[in-house]
Amino acid sequence: MATATVASQNTVVHEHQDHHEHEHHDNFITKYLFTTDHKMIAKQFLVTGMFWALIGGFLSTLFRLQLGFPDMNLEFLRPILGGWIDEAGKLDPTFYLALVTMHGTIMVFFVLTAGLSGTFSNFLIPLQIGARDMASGFMNMLSYWFFFVSGVIMFISLFLKTGPAGGGWVVYPPLSALEQAIPGSGMGMTLWLIAMVFFIASSLLGGINYITTVINLRTKGMSFSRLPLTIWAFFLTAVIGLLSFPVLFAAALLLVFDRSFGTSFYLSDIYVAGEALPNTGGSPVLYQHLFWFLGHPEVYIVLLPALGITSEVIATNARKPIFGYKAMIISMLGITILSFIVWAHHMFVSGMNPFLGSIFMFLTLIIAVPSAVKVFNYLTTLWRGNLIFTPGMLFSIGLVSFFISGGLTGIFLGNSAIDIQLHDTYFVVAHFHLVMGSASFFGLMAGVYHWFPKMFGRMMDAKLGYIHFWLTFVGVYMIFFPMHYIGIAGFPRRYYSWTNFEFTNSYTDLNMFVSIAAIITFAAQAIFLFNFFYSMYRGRKATLNPWNSTTLEWTTPIHPGHGNWPGEIPTVYRWPYDYSKPGAAEDFIPQHIPLSQTPESNLPHEQELVKVELEIMREEADLVANESKH
Amino acid sequence: MYGFLIAVGALLLLSVVWMVYRIQTLVSVVKGSDKKIATGSNKVNAFLFLVFLVGSGALMFWYSVKEFDNYQLPIASEHGVITDELFWITMVVTGIVFLITHILLFVFPYKYQYKEGRKASFYPENHKLEILWTAVPGVVMAGLVISGWMAWSDITAPAPEKAHVVEIMGYQFAWDVRYPGKDNVLGDYDYRLINASNSHGIDFTDKNSIDDFPSPKVVIPKGEPVLFKIRARDVLHSVFAPHMRLKMDAVPGMPTRFWFVPTKTTEEMRAELKNPEFEYEIACTEICGRGHFSMKKVIEVVEPAAYQKWLSEQKTFIQQNPSLAEGLKSETKELAGIN
Repeated sequence: MATATVASQNTVVHEHQDHHEHEHHDNFITKYLFTTDHKMIAKQFLVTGMFWALIGGFLSTLFRLQLGFPDMNLEFLRPILGGWIDEAGKLDPTFYLALVTMHGTIMVFFVLTAGLSGTFSNFLIPLQIGARDMASGFMNMLSYWFFFVSGVIMFISLFLKTGPAGGGWVVYPPLSALEQAIPGSGMGMTLWLIAMVFFIASSLLGGINYITTVINLRTKGMSFSRLPLTIWAFFLTAVIGLLSFPVLFAAALLLVFDRSFGTSFYLSDIYVAGEALPNTGGSPVLYQHLFWFLGHPEVYIVLLPALGITSEVIATNARKPIFGYKAMIISMLGITILSFIVWAHHMFVSGMNPFLGSIFMFLTLIIAVPSAVKVFNYLTTLWRGNLIFTPGMLFSIGLVSFFISGGLTGIFLGNSAIDIQLHDTYFVVAHFHLVMGSASFFGLMAGVYHWFPKMFGRMMDAKLGYIHFWLTFVGVYMIFFPMHYIGIAGFPRRYYSWTNFEFTNSYTDLNMFVSIAAIITFAAQAIFLFNFFYSMYRGRKATLNPWNSTTLEWTTPIHPGHGNWPGEIPTVYRWPYDYSKPGAAEDFIPQHIPLSQTPESNLPHEQELVKVELEIMREEADLVANESKH
Repeated sequence: MYGFLIAVGALLLLSVVWMVYRIQTLVSVVKGSDKKIATGSNKVNAFLFLVFLVGSGALMFWYSVKEFDNYQLPIASEHGVITDELFWITMVVTGIVFLITHILLFVFPYKYQYKEGRKASFYPENHKLEILWTAVPGVVMAGLVISGWMAWSDITAPAPEKAHVVEIMGYQFAWDVRYPGKDNVLGDYDYRLINASNSHGIDFTDKNSIDDFPSPKVVIPKGEPVLFKIRARDVLHSVFAPHMRLKMDAVPGMPTRFWFVPTKTTEEMRAELKNPEFEYEIACTEICGRGHFSMKKVIEVVEPAAYQKWLSEQKTFIQQNPSLAEGLKSETKELAGIN
């Protein structure tokens, strides 16, 4: 036994040296640009996502100015917006639509899909399952650069003379197919479609990698029943993306055909701009089916990773195992499967057969059950914990709050009879901004604060984090909660102004309040940006395991190189939530500590596993010893 | 000049914030609080959750009660009473869940905030609890779904045969209204027939279209079923009549429909709201381009007798513009009464 240990240590040292030689070849381009290291790719996704979040947030402050202060002279925006401000100092109504469209597209796809999944799936999957890197580092690199190209194309579209796409983020045809109907459906829409094709390619490359890595590259002992919930979430998210993004691709492709090659998939019986078009036989509702076949799972693509991150952060900072680990996994599996068969609840009043509407109402309200289970499990995890409010923990609790608030309003909208009145009103805006937008954004923030020490080897400033949290948390509620009232009053979405109708000619005060809250909340993100970039260089140096966490990423060095562990990858002997185990000296036992080393805290069934474990360890040691003889 | 002063002011403010931040950091290093697991901030954050719970809860109740009459639009259709009832039942059910979960979510952080020496309880699972809170939402959901489904089936059932038909056609950026005339059957249309004098593309060789007539507003009788036949000429639109609790997309190439029974005349609603200017309105709720926010049509609900009188006074398309009948067979022209 003793010789075996020595032998294995020798191999460790040997590998370590190999590794160093490797790293010397890194230059700027291979280290920061065309890197295949999953950690650097994650950072690329994160920083790009932050850039897009700023653009998307900025666009929203522009249209909130219009909605909250309809009489304001916006002349001061002319340096940025140029001709989109008319002579009277008003925002152009077409550009208003372009603003809401780009805000939605950017936030949903670039920030909450790429920025969230791209960052944390990349960063955490290899680190938490014990792998040296992704299954294919090259594909991973491609994934980022496809995303980058997609972003460049979308960014260019913002500066077109005819404006970017303006038909809403769902880009329903015929509006998105006909340049005569809205100028944004010209070049702007073409660039939107090209950008989305690149984005879909990026998502698929990433998703295939995540799935392959989780299935194939788990370290010894890391069975599926020992995976942290983050990994389960990322894994299922990737599965959803892999199955649903191709359908969006198909939808986009048919739209390209209709726009450029004279086909009639979505177009029929149209008389526009004084001319009857030749297209007949197409159906705009077909596009809606295809779009929402991605569009609805997309909601879970942005939400599941956030929920996964939250599970991890809450368990760690409550110093308690996540309650109902298996129930959490089953809930996520349930959500994954159900997410594919609820899409048409976005289309209750689209003219779709009402019987189909009934079916989708049943399926939709079923999905509320696993979501409810998750909330109850989070609450029980907090119960009788020993809660430490790190910024990550605060954002996780905030997420649970948004998930409840926004989730409950989903029960109204999923009920087709009630949806007749609420569809496409501000009630919907309030609903999805809370449950999908803000909840996922808070998951992203929780993740950044929690894993920043692992990313950069330094800590973010906690006090600034608290201020950032409270301003953002209160701010988000001040923005979106009032929208429920406006929505119940029937205010429709995507309206440039409210004065044309008597039933909407009220609540100017509330709209002003919302706009002010939005601008303050947006400005508060500067605190985060400062904290992020300042701490990257000047933050307090992190310790190896600053949150006393159990998962594998904290067993790597403070600055893990390419390959993550200098020596052998640790073996996993237990589930990831051994916090505050009775009998244990510390309030956490990392996953790589064998059960045989913790007889004082083992549960009865674990005590039986100790024998098996020792057996395996002995075989392992023999193997290593044999190998080093050669 | 002012710009310069503002810039200097902002710069000064930023540097003050910067100094405060640095001093705060240095103080915490001196105090060694960066080495502690939980500092005084932990207590502050725990307390702030309680403050948030009480503060925002009070704000919510106060505003919801104060503004009730403003956000609760009066109902003017039979099915609207049912859907609103469902809405408020759902509001009560979800409201209770909302309150309970939020009270727990914000009280737990206060109650179980970090205390040195205390150990969290190791409580990884409880199957009974899991089954309980899977089953209870399941049952509640089933109740909501079934009541919603019954209402939905009634609302979307075929319209009664005697329903008064009104065609509403959306285009950028207005609605056009067509009535079927005495026969209560709308004539055929073809989008290729649309031109400056025939904005609906009505096919006047179809006998049913001869007595069709346009109207600048939607006039409908109180207490009798009305069927909106909805279509679009260019892009998607959506007919939304908020007081009728009515919404249906207008789709080019695919006519849609929605039937309902109005329950209050415009006059009655004016009296109820003490607003002599009140009108029922139709708005567009599907993004359709630049003028999306301005697609307004007025609905006037009148007593059935007044409705019949109004119907008899209307002039058909052909009466208004005899040139539309050019090229028709002479017997059709006779029917149209323009020979």
